[in-house]
Amino acid sequence: MPTCRIGGRPIDVNDEGFLTVYDQWDEELAPVLAGYAGIDELTDEHWKVLRFLREDYPARKETATLRRVTAVGGFDMKELFRLFPGKPAKKMSYIAGLPKPKGCV
Amino acid sequence: MRRIVILGGGTAGTMVANKLRSTEPPSALQITVVDRDDEHHYQPGYLFIPFGTYTRDQVVKPRRRFLRPGIDLVLAEIEKVDADAKAVHLAGERTLEYDTLIIATGVQPRPDQTPGADGPGVHHFYDLEASLRLKEALREFPGGRLVVHITEMPIKCPVAPLEFTFLADAWFRERGTRRKVEIVYVTPLDGAFTKPVASRELGGMFGKRDIHMETDFAVESVDTENQELVSYDERRIPYDLLVSIPLNMGPDYIARSGLGDEMNLVPCNQQTMQSLAHPDVFVLGDGGTLQTSKAGSVAHFAVDIFLENWPHYLAGEPLTHSFDGHANCFIETGHGKGMLLDFNYKTQPYTGSFPLPGVGPMALLKENRANHLAKLAFRGIYWEFLLKGRPLPFTADMYLMGKNVEDEASGTSTPDLIKGLVGLRRSH
Repeated sequence: MPTCRIGGRPIDVNDEGFLTVYDQWDEELAPVLAGYAGIDELTDEHWKVLRFLREDYPARKETATLRRVTAVGGFDMKELFRLFPGKPAKKMSYIAGLPKPKGCV
Repeated sequence: MRRIVILGGGTAGTMVANKLRSTEPPSALQITVVDRDDEHHYQPGYLFIPFGTYTRDQVVKPRRRFLRPGIDLVLAEIEKVDADAKAVHLAGERTLEYDTLIIATGVQPRPDQTPGADGPGVHHFYDLEASLRLKEALREFPGGRLVVHITEMPIKCPVAPLEFTFLADAWFRERGTRRKVEIVYVTPLDGAFTKPVASRELGGMFGKRDIHMETDFAVESVDTENQELVSYDERRIPYDLLVSIPLNMGPDYIARSGLGDEMNLVPCNQQTMQSLAHPDVFVLGDGGTLQTSKAGSVAHFAVDIFLENWPHYLAGEPLTHSFDGHANCFIETGHGKGMLLDFNYKTQPYTGSFPLPGVGPMALLKENRANHLAKLAFRGIYWEFLLKGRPLPFTADMYLMGKNVEDEASGTSTPDLIKGLVGLRRSH
């Protein structure tokens, strides 16, 4: 597993750049990761989604899928595509410092 | 006497019932299997029905015929499981109490979960009736754009949509009508498959066959009036014939019982298939949250692990036998050829040979005739060996001999987005 410097500190990431250690993330890191993912500013709407993902993860040890974010978190799917354009599931989990949600094989 | 209730008499339920019956005498263990009907379907056969390779009779047989003597089969709808009271409530006010419960009711296609997907002219092959309808639609199809679409993962047999696409391509070629048909494969994934090496190999096969691929497509609805697939990011894909694999969900009784997640899948331990919420409940087959394929091979391997743990479970000891997520899948590629994938939680599918390193006769991630013949032969093996719990020459543990192992990152499909987008610089 590679380590890289993000926001001025060492962060463990996997081959695709997703963070691998839950506790290395904090809210100061998110805007930096968002910038890498092409999102210039994290609004309150972004933060609601990111906080849901962070809170949902520990018990399940699995990142919420888009369906779970809408079904359990109560977010609107179109809104997620507007907030995290193109590939919302990947971008959300990346910025929240979580593994990519498993599409399952 | 201990009572075990098995919900679902499909692949996993039948196998585990038979294997338990052969090891535990009826005086020690009462085994009851519950299902809504007495039709056991060989689900891998659905794929072949649209092309006329299999008929209904080859894929449907009575459940009872495959259950050993000394197993009760109860035919009834399941209303609810009360896991705290250890009881299953069936339609008609009937209740079955248990000491151990096995949930083996799998997942079912749910076109009703996507607006328009249960409308007219939308096809799939994930149940028998739909496959038979698709058979007619293929024969009536005058040419135009065939769209093969996956709504969302996970689905049963995740390679089946690829196989359908390859078989359709071959079917049109054999009829001399391929030039009148445009084939488009639409997936919510970022490539042909979830794992990089397989995704690369399979993606290459699309190119050779002139099959177009549309990736990262999160479907919002099917517009049956204008014959278009519509995504949340407002892409529209027109079709003349649509094969749309529906969302796969666990049955509604799982939700009524408070046992499932948002897809009605029962959260379970990845190694032991034990419910995370209720230690006397196990999930075998497709109905749990195992992070591997929803496939008969997985059910088979997972049942073996369950049985190895069974005496320890009875003795109240830790469950030390551990499932590694092993799956193998045959992929039909058309023209009498097929491929084979072999993988587990940790190891993605690689190229190579199987089961004998360097010899085969089956080839991993490569097309050959032996793979195709093995796939067709498997139907007989399924009915005569697998369901009855007779030994097969495959083991639950996967091994790497004969596999050409590549760097995990050597596929081309998945890493591009974030790497390209993020521009990470590594410092080791």
